[in-house]
Amino acid sequence: MSDFAVDVAGVSMVFNNGRPNQVRAIDDVSLTVRSGEFVSLIGPSGCGKSTMLRLIANLIEPTSGSITVNGKPAAQARLDGDYGMAFQQAGLFEWRSVARNVELPLELKSWDRAKRRERALEMLRLVKLDEFADHYPWELSGGMQQRVAIARALSFSPGLLLMDEPFGALDEMTREHMQTELIRICAETGCSVVFVTHSIPEAVYLSDRVIVMSPRPGRIAAIVEVDLGKRSEDTREATDFFNKVTEVREALRGFEHTDRVISVDDR
Amino acid sequence: MGDRQASRARMRARARRVVMFALALLLVCAGWELYKMVGPEAGGKIFGAQLLPKSENRAMPHVWDMVQRFGRPEQRGSSRTVGQAVAEGAWYTFRLASVGLLLGVLVGMGLAILMARFRVVERGLLPWLIVSQTVPLIALAPLVVSWGGRLHIGGFTWQRWMSVSVIAAFLAFFPIAIGALRGLTSPPAAAVELLASYAAPWSATLFKLRLPAAVPYLMPALRLAANAAVIGTIVAEISTGLKGGIGRLVLEYMREATGDPAKVFTAVVGASVLGLVMAGLVGLLDNYVSRNRRREATI
Repeated sequence: MSDFAVDVAGVSMVFNNGRPNQVRAIDDVSLTVRSGEFVSLIGPSGCGKSTMLRLIANLIEPTSGSITVNGKPAAQARLDGDYGMAFQQAGLFEWRSVARNVELPLELKSWDRAKRRERALEMLRLVKLDEFADHYPWELSGGMQQRVAIARALSFSPGLLLMDEPFGALDEMTREHMQTELIRICAETGCSVVFVTHSIPEAVYLSDRVIVMSPRPGRIAAIVEVDLGKRSEDTREATDFFNKVTEVREALRGFEHTDRVISVDDR
Repeated sequence: MGDRQASRARMRARARRVVMFALALLLVCAGWELYKMVGPEAGGKIFGAQLLPKSENRAMPHVWDMVQRFGRPEQRGSSRTVGQAVAEGAWYTFRLASVGLLLGVLVGMGLAILMARFRVVERGLLPWLIVSQTVPLIALAPLVVSWGGRLHIGGFTWQRWMSVSVIAAFLAFFPIAIGALRGLTSPPAAAVELLASYAAPWSATLFKLRLPAAVPYLMPALRLAANAAVIGTIVAEISTGLKGGIGRLVLEYMREATGDPAKVFTAVVGASVLGLVMAGLVGLLDNYVSRNRRREATI
């Protein structure tokens, strides 16, 4: 078995292949996520980072290349429940109580009722919402809903968490709080994470590695290793932190610049 | 504290609704009597067209005459009062309409689930559903009766009341099918993807996601369907000549309208009450099913 949680090899994704509205969303991307590693995908809108995540999740099939999750093909990993997913919208089912929302994946995997409930409460304790188990989603704030969504994604102990801008709709204060919580949760569960964001500080604060993507077609422009040790609130004000933020920002600017030069040459 | 306040507010809202209903009823009666006072006895023309109804007692009996008529015997010398006859007829019609509604819900849901599952079915079927509702009931009734009459499966023989329920179902299934289709396809792509990420089969997305998400769409559809089932049953009773229901009573009492004008209105009132009861039952179901859902703030 490999010790890669995710192994993406030479993947391209073309939407509407062969038709006039054909779009090359991802072009020959290769990347790996080691077990227990936190990797962020960052880039401007339309660079294919969400597409990349959905490819890893096997929600769509790549046009070419191969994707391995936990040492098996992505399709098999999806069937085996090897990953949990969280989206920008918490996407809780409003007709289910908070606990029953967390139980949803367990229900689909035919766990028995008592075990489901027990695990749901355990997960809600992890995200510090066990008091709200019997409330309904619309009684919770946006940040709390998002924590429930994370509890739901982790309920069946998937080992890999795929997150698509999960904090994108939250205000800055809540967002920083959620980042701290996520780091704690990952430390407690030993989860690997692939995290899509367009916030540079968020990517740097959370990640072991930041993958910078360039748009049209989506390619990897740079990979920034982040070694800031154990994160704390002080990390956000550390010089090393700002240096990494600058490094990622320059990587993002790099292709914007070449983009402009190319378009001038084209004319 | 908050709970008690909320329940008191709910009680007040309920009381207000009862009062409003009584007021509305009173207003209708008052309007009726007022027109009888000022309206022309022999009807009237506006711009040459016969628009104003006659206000004489044969065409518009007094409200109190109608109320009294409920308590008097149906025929001279019969032991049954009109009130009893109307209640029995309404109960019979209610049962037929309920069977029709149930059938309509089953067929409507089935079609909606098929259409939600297969886009091809939706494209092929939906126009025909709309066409089906343009068929006049009066034309349909004898057809259903004669088709049903030819049906013999084992010991089962078709009863005439079944034709009536089938015709009611024919009207009731349509709002259910349309409402359910909208509801079943209402979940956002992210919710569908979430279930796909759990490798959930289509049946699981139906039961865990699509059906619960369809509830807010289904309840108004069910109200329409209940109404349609009652109207369909009454019209079908009349056009198939089925005895025992309120539709038949309307027909019979109509024949006596010249001599006993208040009588036919008792049957009409009975039919209206039947419709209200049906709507009330759907309302109760709605309250039960939506008890844990967010409500729009009602002030």
